[in-house]
Amino acid sequence: MDVIEYRNALGKLTPLSFTWTDGTKFEIDEVLDVCRAASLKVGGFGQRYKVRISNDEKEIYNKIRYMYLEEGEPIERWFIEAK
Amino acid sequence: MERTILHSDLNSFYASVECLYNPSLRGKPVSVCGSVENRHGIVLASTPEAKKFGIKTGDAVWQAQQKCKELVIVEPHMDRYIRHSKATREIYSDYSPCVEPYGLDENWIDLTGTDHLFGSGAIAADEIRKKIFKELGVTVSIGVSFNKSMAKLGSDMRKPDFTNIISKDNFKEVVWPLPASDLLFVGRATTKKLWDMGISTIGQLANTSPDFIKRRLGKNGIGVWQYANGIDDDPVSVTGYKREIKSVGNSTTAPRDLITPDEIRVTTMILAESVAERMREKNFKCQVVQVYIRYSNLMSFERQVKLPFPSCTAQRIGNTATNLILDNWTDTMPLRSIGVRACNLLSSEYPQLSLLPEVQLEQKQEDLEVAMQDIRRRFGHFAVQRGIMIADPHLSDLDPRREDSAQTVAFFKG
Repeated sequence: MDVIEYRNALGKLTPLSFTWTDGTKFEIDEVLDVCRAASLKVGGFGQRYKVRISNDEKEIYNKIRYMYLEEGEPIERWFIEAK
Repeated sequence: MERTILHSDLNSFYASVECLYNPSLRGKPVSVCGSVENRHGIVLASTPEAKKFGIKTGDAVWQAQQKCKELVIVEPHMDRYIRHSKATREIYSDYSPCVEPYGLDENWIDLTGTDHLFGSGAIAADEIRKKIFKELGVTVSIGVSFNKSMAKLGSDMRKPDFTNIISKDNFKEVVWPLPASDLLFVGRATTKKLWDMGISTIGQLANTSPDFIKRRLGKNGIGVWQYANGIDDDPVSVTGYKREIKSVGNSTTAPRDLITPDEIRVTTMILAESVAERMREKNFKCQVVQVYIRYSNLMSFERQVKLPFPSCTAQRIGNTATNLILDNWTDTMPLRSIGVRACNLLSSEYPQLSLLPEVQLEQKQEDLEVAMQDIRRRFGHFAVQRGIMIADPHLSDLDPRREDSAQTVAFFKG
């Protein structure tokens, strides 16, 4: 999954959009919450972003998803918990 | 003032981490085991479902599979456990600067005097358990007590995911019926000695005359007697405190029994390289080289020898260790495991210059090995190797630093 992020001058990270494995792009409307959490469904732990997303290509719908940023050396890994 | 000490013990640590990363394992009997091909095939950790079949840490893989036919065997991922362990300590550090690790999965936390911040020790412990489960997806048992040894007994009492309180009022009825072997620093040898004295529970030990214990068990006997009576002033070390390093060692069980001197030389040199690297990183030189030999019949012993001058090169340590092993080896008996340890450490931060040719040659060797270490750091362990390793690629396929896991060495203070 490709994620476009924005990091401000203080290093605070905001995910802006992500492209799913089938090529569908999802825009992130709003980041509702950030906290450290583990995902028992997908497997892994890190910063959990509670986000509201919409899909430009179809009717606009709002769904709440959890995106996880797993900090690892050397690569960070994004994963998403689908409902 | 009475202290509030927590001891946290991550439940079935390696197995729990594997279940987190692979949710399909949850609810199944799972054991994390070393590689059978490399003869490290023992159970390192198991889920509660596997433990119900009587599977214990240290069982051979075939024994575990006999006990439970549906057992799922998973290989270990040390990098995950180290990362998880570090993350738990970060959570504990939110509550106290006095966090003392005991291995990867256990920690002592000193919460004395924080009632006004977090509530009682038990309330803080419950909060910590919830936080660890939410943020890291694993469970922890926490013992809350007035000293370290009692807190450790507490965390063992109910698993998984419980807070257990042992206070000065209840420790005699809670702890004294337990087996003496449960007490901190009472290992197999001490348990047997106590058994011979007619002591099998912590209470019996506590109620035996301390002079009698000291006569039979020596100075350490007083320590365990005090622990049994709830007397333990050992402080929880402040985070960042580094224990004084007394020796640096590495050992391995070879993937096949070693029967020729060359096989012994290859394995010993690999271990010596790792020991030398670690010593140089910490600016140490050693004066004594100790070896550990274990035959295929599991009989083992140690030997040591003093070096002519302090050294931190794998060449000198490896050659000395190899000669020591060969001198003491009964060549009719194959070797199963070898260990190399550098003892009597000296700081090499300010080395004494010498005009002796041997020492100058040693310095050149050290420079060569530092260069080798740098190549390995940049391009991988197997990017450059000693010629002798090519003679036996199967035996030399060992990177001790990658597979190194820090093991706690228990010792008595005072």
